[in-house]
Amino acid sequence: MNAPGKIDPNVRNFQINFGPQHPAAHGVLRLILELDGEIVERVDPHIGLLHRGTEKLIEAKTYLQAVPYFDRLDYVAPMNQEHAFCLAIERMLDITVPKRGQLIRVLYSEIGRILSHMLNVTTQALDVGALTPPLWGFEEREKLMMFYERASGSRMHAAYFRPGGVHQDLPRALVEDILAWTHTFPGFMDDLEGLLTDNRIFKQRNVDIGIVSLEDAWAWGFSGVMVRGSGAAWDLRKSQPYECYDELEFDIPIGKNCDNYDRYCIRMEEMRQSAQIMRQCCERLLKEAGPVSAVDNKIVPPKRGEMKRSMEALIHHFKLYTEGFHVPAGEVYAAVEAPKGEFGVYLVADGTNKPYRCKIRAPGFAHLQAMDFLCRGYMLADISAILGSLDIVFGEVDR
Amino acid sequence: MDETLKELGAHVKESLPDAVEEVIMSYGELTLVASAAEVIKVLTFLRDDPSCRFVSFIDICGVDWPQREKRFDVVYHLLSPTLNARIRIKVETDETTPVASATSVFAGAFWFEREAFDMYGILFSGHPELRRILTDYGFDGYPLRKDFPTTGLVEVRYDDERKRVVYEPVKLAQEFRSFDFLSPWEGPDYVLPGDEKATTPKAG
Repeated sequence: MNAPGKIDPNVRNFQINFGPQHPAAHGVLRLILELDGEIVERVDPHIGLLHRGTEKLIEAKTYLQAVPYFDRLDYVAPMNQEHAFCLAIERMLDITVPKRGQLIRVLYSEIGRILSHMLNVTTQALDVGALTPPLWGFEEREKLMMFYERASGSRMHAAYFRPGGVHQDLPRALVEDILAWTHTFPGFMDDLEGLLTDNRIFKQRNVDIGIVSLEDAWAWGFSGVMVRGSGAAWDLRKSQPYECYDELEFDIPIGKNCDNYDRYCIRMEEMRQSAQIMRQCCERLLKEAGPVSAVDNKIVPPKRGEMKRSMEALIHHFKLYTEGFHVPAGEVYAAVEAPKGEFGVYLVADGTNKPYRCKIRAPGFAHLQAMDFLCRGYMLADISAILGSLDIVFGEVDR
Repeated sequence: MDETLKELGAHVKESLPDAVEEVIMSYGELTLVASAAEVIKVLTFLRDDPSCRFVSFIDICGVDWPQREKRFDVVYHLLSPTLNARIRIKVETDETTPVASATSVFAGAFWFEREAFDMYGILFSGHPELRRILTDYGFDGYPLRKDFPTTGLVEVRYDDERKRVVYEPVKLAQEFRSFDFLSPWEGPDYVLPGDEKATTPKAG
């Protein structure tokens, strides 16, 4: 009809709103898509619908009171975030966590990793048309949340990692149950892989979709699975080990095709590796006894039994839960390998009992900003596949 | 680790004597204080210099120091996967002086600079789309500045008569309470109640 190269003024690009109430938006994301037919020309993510001003609130709280805010960032893997905050404080106060405390932290960080990857892998499969994986995966997540609850009293908002260690020791029965679970988990993973890995539809929707080169990945601020999928052998647990990761045996899977499918495969393998780390932690926890948090009474509150007998413990308890501890003036940046990537806390202290500034560096924020770059030229249906593969949780993106 | 970082800091200072004002080591972390006008030069050097290779962009954020003449710090965090090292670059600015946007060096600076603008009102020149990101559509003020109240300025509710969400000034049933738990012996630098007479010279 039209001569080639001549633009018909009656044909315009089509603009649609994706979200904020779309199930494949993984929360409250509003994407404004500009489409040419089914080809995506431009993506403009509008975020902030879940913005709660976490950083502002933290500035008004003592260090200990600020810990629970971190559970509410990436609410799929709460303890990994507390971990970064605790590491920052501990580095400024120069205290070390006893070995048993470190093992418990690693154990629960890995539970968080499985929780997060399990949610991501299965719901991404749901986004591309598979219903069974989330049903199976959520059953397994439920068991892990029970472990969270038995340690901290809460399924999600744990506030279990405290500056100096963890809040309480684990009962022996719980460690035994987790150990038993790590033996059944590989079998479950085989079942889940049977559903997805060689599934024709799943592969058609994910292979060669969402390709990002390593150079771009670094420049866009990607981390975690997003850079490993592009071939970087980079994992903070190996390259800048914190806690006792350097004493544990595990492998880091990396991809080479830089696409959604590679990232899926990495997440699956990481879950198996996490279970292996958990097994090592459990075995050591059953053998090695000891304190679970630092013994410095000026930072770590005393145990309740102690408080009933010792006047000094009572005073410490009172002081720590009203005034809190003081952190010397200075600044640190502490990062952990959270399931979604590098989760960092940039903490500026002014010598008082409250953080002066606490910048939360969320991996999802850096990943989501590249939506326009990643999705340009793909089809509309690929948007949800790519979005799922980025592993976005709005708690941490909007903060 | 500390030694490598020290050498690295000296190397950058040597290569860019005008741009880098100070090299600080604390808590095992390297901080460069740069002049705001030269920040792009520093970032480009750190990214491209073969002995640095800080190719991974981590973070940009603002810090507010209201008592200072140039009240904002803009803090850049970079990571070098080759050196396995981190670096922090700090520049100072105020409400009206823009800092050159880092988007030309690191594509990932895009949203982080928008966030710094949204939260502090720090301006970035040459940014492709410097608009608000986390706050509400039509939001007024810069929430992370120290002089912005934690309670905010407006609240929303659904008005059944007008059949829409309305914005109203914040009304608190109880005044916002910020407790001062600092120990009177070591914490506060203000005069404690009852102590006023102790410092003022006695009349007569």
